[in-house]
Amino acid sequence: MKRRMVTIDGNEAAAYVAHKTNEVIAIYPITPSSPMGEWADEWSAKGQKNIWGTVPVVVEMQSEGGAAGAVHGALQTGGLTTTFTASQGLLLMIPNMYKIAGELNSTVFHVSARTLSTHALSIFGDHSDVMATRQTGFALLASNSVQEVMDFALIAQASTLKSRVPFLHFFDGFRTSHEVQKIEQLTEEDMHAMIPYELVEAHRQRAMTPDRPVLRGTAQNPDHFFQARERVNPYYLACPDIVQKTMDEFARIVGRQYHLFDYVGHPDAERIIVLMGSGAETVHETVEYLVERGEKVGVIKVRLYRPFSVKHFIQALPKTVKRIAVLDRTKEPGAAGEPLYIDVVNAINEAYAEGFLPTEGLPRVVGGRYGLSSKEFTPAMVKGVFDELNKDNPKNHFTVGIYDDVTHTSIDYDPSFSTENPHSIRAMFYGLGADGTVSANKNSIKIIGEETDNYAQGYFVYDSKKSGAMTVSHLRFGPDPIHSTYLISKANFLACHQFVFLEKLDILKYAEEGAVFLLNAPYPPEEVWDHLPRRVQEQIIEKKLKFYAIDAYKVAKETGMGVRINTIMQTCFFAISGILPRDEAIAKIKEAIRKTYGSKGEDVVQKNFHAVDQTLANLKEVKYPDHPTSKKEIPPIVSEKAPDFVKNVLAKIMAGEGDSLPVSAFPEDGTFPTGTAQWEKRNIALEIPVWDEKLCIQCGKCVMACPHSTIRAKVYDPKYLEEAPPTFKSADYRGKEYAGMKYTIQIAPEDCTGCALCVDVCPVKDKTDTSRKALNMAPQIPLREQERENWDFFLSIPDADRRSVRIETVKGAQFLRPLFEFSGACAGCGETPYVRLLTQLFGDRALIANATGCSSIYGGNLPTTPYTVDDNGRGPTWNNSLFEDNAEFGLGFRLSLDKHMEFAKELLVKLAPQIGDGLVDAILNARQRSEAEIHEQRQRVEELKKKLKEINSPEAKQLLGLADYLVRKSVWIVGGDGWAYDIGYGGLDHVLAMGRDVNLLVLDTEVYSNTGGQMSKATPMGAVAKFAAGGKPKPKKDLALMAMTYGYVYVAKVAMGANDQQTLRAFLEADAYEGPSLIIAYSHCIAHGIDMAKGMRNQEAAVKSGYWPLFRFNPALLAEGKNPLKIDSKAPSIALQDYIMMETRYRMLTRFNPERAKMLMEAAQKDVNMRWKLYQQLAQLQFDGQENS
Amino acid sequence: MDLTTTYLGLKLRNPVVPSASPLSRDVDTIRRLEDAGASAVVLYSLFEEQISLEAQELDYFLTAGTESYAEALSYFPDLESFRSEPEEYLELIRRAKEAVDIPIIASLNGVSTGGWIEYARRMEEAGADALELNIYYIPTDPELTSNDVENIYVDDVKAVKKNVNIPVAVKLGPFFTNLSNLAQRLKEAGADGLVLFNRFYQPDLDLEKLEVIPTVHLSRSEEILLPLRWIAILSARLPMSFAASSGIHTAEDVLKLVMAGADVTMMCSALLKHGPNHIHEVLKGMTEWMEKHEYESVSQMKGSMNQKSVAEPAAFERANYMKAINSYEFKL
Repeated sequence: MKRRMVTIDGNEAAAYVAHKTNEVIAIYPITPSSPMGEWADEWSAKGQKNIWGTVPVVVEMQSEGGAAGAVHGALQTGGLTTTFTASQGLLLMIPNMYKIAGELNSTVFHVSARTLSTHALSIFGDHSDVMATRQTGFALLASNSVQEVMDFALIAQASTLKSRVPFLHFFDGFRTSHEVQKIEQLTEEDMHAMIPYELVEAHRQRAMTPDRPVLRGTAQNPDHFFQARERVNPYYLACPDIVQKTMDEFARIVGRQYHLFDYVGHPDAERIIVLMGSGAETVHETVEYLVERGEKVGVIKVRLYRPFSVKHFIQALPKTVKRIAVLDRTKEPGAAGEPLYIDVVNAINEAYAEGFLPTEGLPRVVGGRYGLSSKEFTPAMVKGVFDELNKDNPKNHFTVGIYDDVTHTSIDYDPSFSTENPHSIRAMFYGLGADGTVSANKNSIKIIGEETDNYAQGYFVYDSKKSGAMTVSHLRFGPDPIHSTYLISKANFLACHQFVFLEKLDILKYAEEGAVFLLNAPYPPEEVWDHLPRRVQEQIIEKKLKFYAIDAYKVAKETGMGVRINTIMQTCFFAISGILPRDEAIAKIKEAIRKTYGSKGEDVVQKNFHAVDQTLANLKEVKYPDHPTSKKEIPPIVSEKAPDFVKNVLAKIMAGEGDSLPVSAFPEDGTFPTGTAQWEKRNIALEIPVWDEKLCIQCGKCVMACPHSTIRAKVYDPKYLEEAPPTFKSADYRGKEYAGMKYTIQIAPEDCTGCALCVDVCPVKDKTDTSRKALNMAPQIPLREQERENWDFFLSIPDADRRSVRIETVKGAQFLRPLFEFSGACAGCGETPYVRLLTQLFGDRALIANATGCSSIYGGNLPTTPYTVDDNGRGPTWNNSLFEDNAEFGLGFRLSLDKHMEFAKELLVKLAPQIGDGLVDAILNARQRSEAEIHEQRQRVEELKKKLKEINSPEAKQLLGLADYLVRKSVWIVGGDGWAYDIGYGGLDHVLAMGRDVNLLVLDTEVYSNTGGQMSKATPMGAVAKFAAGGKPKPKKDLALMAMTYGYVYVAKVAMGANDQQTLRAFLEADAYEGPSLIIAYSHCIAHGIDMAKGMRNQEAAVKSGYWPLFRFNPALLAEGKNPLKIDSKAPSIALQDYIMMETRYRMLTRFNPERAKMLMEAAQKDVNMRWKLYQQLAQLQFDGQENS
Repeated sequence: MDLTTTYLGLKLRNPVVPSASPLSRDVDTIRRLEDAGASAVVLYSLFEEQISLEAQELDYFLTAGTESYAEALSYFPDLESFRSEPEEYLELIRRAKEAVDIPIIASLNGVSTGGWIEYARRMEEAGADALELNIYYIPTDPELTSNDVENIYVDDVKAVKKNVNIPVAVKLGPFFTNLSNLAQRLKEAGADGLVLFNRFYQPDLDLEKLEVIPTVHLSRSEEILLPLRWIAILSARLPMSFAASSGIHTAEDVLKLVMAGADVTMMCSALLKHGPNHIHEVLKGMTEWMEKHEYESVSQMKGSMNQKSVAEPAAFERANYMKAINSYEFKL
């Protein structure tokens, strides 16, 4: 029977088999495994059945720990159960994995292997997570390619049911999980043939049921636990042979033969590499290339890593082998070697000792590390490893792919070595996330993969910034199977979808001689040449590129496509790459358009068709002279004024040359300077706000709303204006407190993302033309130079003295310098205004513990980070521990700070005679609530330090080191709703209960924003999210109410867009409250499907509808005999519907399932009514001051 | 009492028809309208502009931010099978046809001759008994002549008539240089009836926020005077169906318009205000009045006071304006 060829990625391949061969799927989102769960959920939502005819149930749990528990329970009751995870998620499953294996449950965990957090988090791929499970008793089965993912998912499922050993089936995160390949899809018949129903029945027979009661999970004692533990051995001994037999069976049914250890290479190889994962494909390709050229080399691809079968490994070894390099994609600091290396050394040693090693003598085995965190692993590096093996004394415990100038582990290789197939088309596309480049390419791969005989591969490199994100697509097509699991470095088709990239990145270095170069330029094709930088012209001439240009944005505008040029650029690609005949290609594109957009409406389809047709008329080949004519040079990546570390290290990463940085460039413990985002001038805004000083009423709302801290207010002495640039604007300050002073609102033109939130919140309208406000958007390019100068000047004006600022007003607080600026958050982000406010108010004495999520990514993803310092060098100090432990992590800060302060006070008292009672008393009794009081305490501490330096005693020395802790610090525990409501809730609850003085800020976007919009317990009723495709059936958890029940926790619910003054007040009260504080902040989000330029309006509507009541619960009021709960918003004035229909997350359900939408909406309105009444009643309770004991 | 009438060739049990409004968005209400006595129902309007905007908006928001950032390649589940507004509408026609016995008139609101025609055809397929074209167009371009504007109407009607076999009525606004001429041209283009008049939503200003705000206010009985005049004029000249729309609240309103020549009267505001059962009250009032005044049937009174059948035909023409003002002052 002919199987269908499909072009899909690794995640889909795994999910496909998992969904078809399971009944219960319990998951939790984590990159890069999330799409597996999402696929499964979507398929179940659409009613797709497994091979036995029932729709699998998919549940999202509160953490991977929870998912593993649910899996264990479902297995124990006979369900065919699976899960998908990676990295930290896999670590959280480990306790249950021991249980699942100890009880011999049949299951497969599909894992897209990802780096574990150590000195830093990384979302990318390596085997550190999988290696951390090798002691659990799970079988570990490695897939190296997308086809293998599908095949091994089935082999694993069959093997676990036969062997009763649970399986962890893994493949490399991103490189395989996200690589799109043309593969053969297994059929249901294949699956039935591989998994006879008797196996399922046997699994069910082992289930717990009161009809045949058994007892598991006993507690055992020293006299018998050991023996009972050894009882499992026969299953592990049998497992490798079972897997091999299953593989043989698979070969019989499907035709692809795998082995536990697959050898590829010269039959008489002398040098071989042993490895597993996607890197094995690259080694495979390199080996074939080298063998063709006469080299005696080979590779052993490890498939079944656990149970490790020494017998099978030795059988795979060529008799002729003399040198073996074992490559591990993980690092075990302090180990005798990385795990696979140790296993191979052991296998050879055992075989030698027991006399079944087939080689002449003992081969020399060396181990090396490669590819951590998806570091490129190329044929050049493979060649480097083989060359190293040729040396008399090959390096052991080496690294390849980096330059280690610290402990000199790295081996050399020649980066120019390439094994690219000359018959393949290698295409690279540079685009913006927003322009749709990746979608277009995914589409092209599908067309080519499914409509031609060509093999096809696509891999996509994304940005870690969420605004102005750049994407690079790597597409290979060709008549031969593609084993190239590395990025293209020699492209014969290169497309640059954004003209500005030519100035930032050296794109054409990847072009082969004679390659096709397609450029989207905002100029007519005949003028494009003159606008190119000189370097680009030189490269085009030197490499004899065939150069095409199109003004895609013009075509997009004319055809109503807006900023999405995907269809246009895709049409260009097909028109000039010649992969398909042009007409056929155009027909296929249109077919794909209909498929993609058909359900959204005919208008969208027609618009795209129109764009396709217009493209061909506008695409032109550019003829160019034989010498460069441009005088335009590439500007430096960062300013000359930047610190050395920024220039030497971070700028390299910005320029896309991070691979070239040596080990010594980096700190040894993950410590980085703050204040680096200011050096990365991204210039991503097409338009920026322009201040009209005459209209402005100086309310500060724009500064308050700005998500990127790129619009700022200053009040200052008029004398500073003497040095002002000519276009610098200022106005007389309006108000008594700074009478006679000047006022300026200034925009950072190169850092602004152009989100326009500031314009939307500006309350002023020009009386003669109401379309104008005190801020109006205008094109950035003409303003760039002038405003850059104005911005620099603005920064040179001193900040207002914090003691003089009316911090309790929105207007006043905006004179405090933001110590969080220019983050990579989405344009118009709803979270970052709160974070910025936090740093304005408390940044100079704040410690921030940040849960993993959006806020940790825009807060801490290299190259540059947004937390910064004031003129005194003070600013927030920030760290991200994990996702689940953030409350506890922040509590730890508090514990140390309190301990330091306590000890310092003890020392103070001891040293009082030498220091002087006056100063000691003043320090000990300082109130430290207002800015002025904190300032005074800082001065006292300075005085104290001076005195301590003159006192020669161990106590004085100790106190000197601790003195700064006598100034009150503010601990902020920041994270999203996924952390606070779900995975971190247990810790959050405990930390609140402990009563310590910490402040928890929940940036509530009501979904897992960072991983792509999965439902959390904060998701509201009726909203569509991943894992709630039919709209969430139950209301949002009322975290605020739960926290209030403690009675001693300060709780505030805020929404800046509805009432910024209330938000400000809540932050100040939370800091002032000497106990735990919880602020739940409504954060509009791109995952809501809203107009991000108007996000604050959504906040306002949420409050007006009563869905998001604003309130503060301040236990300090109890002492005054007052009700601690104060509701700050008015009774609902609009229907819930009027709010939620502003958002796609709700509206889409009315299109998908109108009846259900109506039902949920009515229920949600009732819930809002009920809750409003509840809060009203709580706020009306009478207190008499006796309650607070 | 014989209240029957004929509109667009459809035999109706009385001249009261609920016009396009949110009331006809679900089948239950349509059934309630039938129970209350409605003789046909015009479904709410399918807005061409809105269909197009909604589709584009949905596409925009579902793709915004996708394929940019490695951890979040999308933000929504891929539901694929969205029911588009037109699909919903066709489904409503089908379900309404199953649920009630009275004719269902589909309403289409737009200006172009592109995708629009397709919807008309599919509405017929879905079972609509007739089609009401609501050609909503506010010309603002000074270069556009009145002829250009009228041509748009005429072309639209021709295009739709070419594609459907069910009767087609055209709902118009009152603002034309010579409505009689346009009405005649529409008739020649194939229109089977005219619905007079459309009440356009009017923008208003919010003085505090300095914003333009759309307003919807319910009609009042006085507003029947405009359709009354034009139906009186046109029904006297053009042999086609006429529906009166705007301001019809009471039995008296219906009676007057029928006498002016309306085949049916279309009600919206009154139903929004009082609920479907108001139709029953109106029909009762009509019957009582007719009994009291010894009328036998609606057909008897239909057009009995159109321009051809009144003692003073000129009263409907321009001179009447002066007289009306005078009589108004006199009342004061």
